Amino acid sequence: MHGVSFAYGHTPLVLRDVDLEVQRGEFVAIAGPNGGGKTTLVRLVVGLEQPTSGRIELLVRKVGYLPQRAQAGIDAPVTVRELVNTGRASRTRLLGPLSGTDRNAVREAIDRVALTSQADRRLSTLSGGQQQRAFIAKALAAEPELLVLDEPTTGVDVEAQDTIAALLERLRGELGMTILYVSHEFGAVERFVERIVLVRGGIVFDGPPSALPDVWHDPSHAHA
Amino acid sequence: MPMLDLEFMRLAFGAGIVVGLLAPAVGFFLVQRRLSLVGDGIGHVAFAGVALGYLLNLPLVLTALVVSVTGGLSIEWIRSRRRTAGDQALALIFYTGIAGGVVLVSAAGALNVNLFQFLFGSILTVTRGDLAVIAALGACALAAIALLYRPLVAVVVDEEGARVAGLPVSALNALTVALAAVTIALSMRIVGILLIAALMVLPVIAASRIAWSMRSTILLGMGIGLGSVLAGITIAYYADLPPGGTTVLVAAAVVLAAEVWSAVRG
Repeated sequence: MHGVSFAYGHTPLVLRDVDLEVQRGEFVAIAGPNGGGKTTLVRLVVGLEQPTSGRIELLVRKVGYLPQRAQAGIDAPVTVRELVNTGRASRTRLLGPLSGTDRNAVREAIDRVALTSQADRRLSTLSGGQQQRAFIAKALAAEPELLVLDEPTTGVDVEAQDTIAALLERLRGELGMTILYVSHEFGAVERFVERIVLVRGGIVFDGPPSALPDVWHDPSHAHA
Repeated sequence: MPMLDLEFMRLAFGAGIVVGLLAPAVGFFLVQRRLSLVGDGIGHVAFAGVALGYLLNLPLVLTALVVSVTGGLSIEWIRSRRRTAGDQALALIFYTGIAGGVVLVSAAGALNVNLFQFLFGSILTVTRGDLAVIAALGACALAAIALLYRPLVAVVVDEEGARVAGLPVSALNALTVALAAVTIALSMRIVGILLIAALMVLPVIAASRIAWSMRSTILLGMGIGLGSVLAGITIAYYADLPPGGTTVLVAAAVVLAAEVWSAVRG
């Protein structure tokens, strides 16, 4: 991102003059207070919003995106397998059923998040942590080079947060993916990330967690 | 006399089979996108289409079809621009449709019993020509759903994820409301403009209480829709009742039974 600013319609700027470069294979946490612009930043990255000014260059072709839970229709009577099938959309043709190769990729994605035994259960019957793993499998089905997760552990218990954090670290190791992880709280994932980017209307800190000033140690209360 | 000895009953059943299968198949995508009332809105626009047909002496089903598709796409266009909330977009089209219909039908001097048949359905009104149009367009609509089932489901489950994946989400959403408009125009002879939306929604609600997946919900919904229409027409024939109201009451009874079954099952 080079000098990116963004405003929704004619409202004041949500992000101002953001410069951000992420290397292939990095595990980057995007943190900051609610309303600080971290979700807007990743929506710009995945192309759901266009910058008001500045330039975004994405050098990867396939992006897996996990939106905030509230935006995903988990009330639908969808099974884990059906959900993950939809993640294959960017890799396959528009019309007709999935090919054998696609079905294998779906099976592999479900296996990676350890939900094989629940593959044909309705998503609504699973725990919050299992539902999030199913959405991660949906993102993985696209065989992405970049995985973008927006608040993946909100409303999930501590044990499930640990499971998701360990899963992401393992996926990065096995698949060499770049991960952008948005959260206003870190908990378990803090020990895996190499870099924290604090967002509050712009980038107010960018560096390794160890360099995070004490006053910002809880990123949800970061202030400029 | 056995009812199938009568040609108008055979035509009504033929149209009913298409409508019973198609309405829940399209309604499934509206219900899952929380747009259950879009069918109602388009139904009221279809009323304006019928009135326009009377006024200009044009084929009523085709006029209703063109006006319904235009109205449906207008709802989706206003909704997708996000400047107006979905329910406000619906209200705008809903009331404009019904008001336009009343004015047009009054101008055509057609405020009579024929109009009542379009509003609430009649088993006497399906002609051979109607059945040919209903069967052809119904088959095309069902084929479109079968071919585009995966991307349509992807949009239902996670619209933003579908955009990131590069799916043509706006086109798929427009297709969904266009299919709803086609369904309404095809169904108005049997179920009636004011009740067709119920046949798009109630079988899907009943199916979702029983089904175990998206695919089983849509298939079960189509089965319930078909059963409701066939039972509704049969009851309407023997009890001399309007088929639209009878069909919708049958579908509502199935919803009630599915709710009870779901509650008992836990």
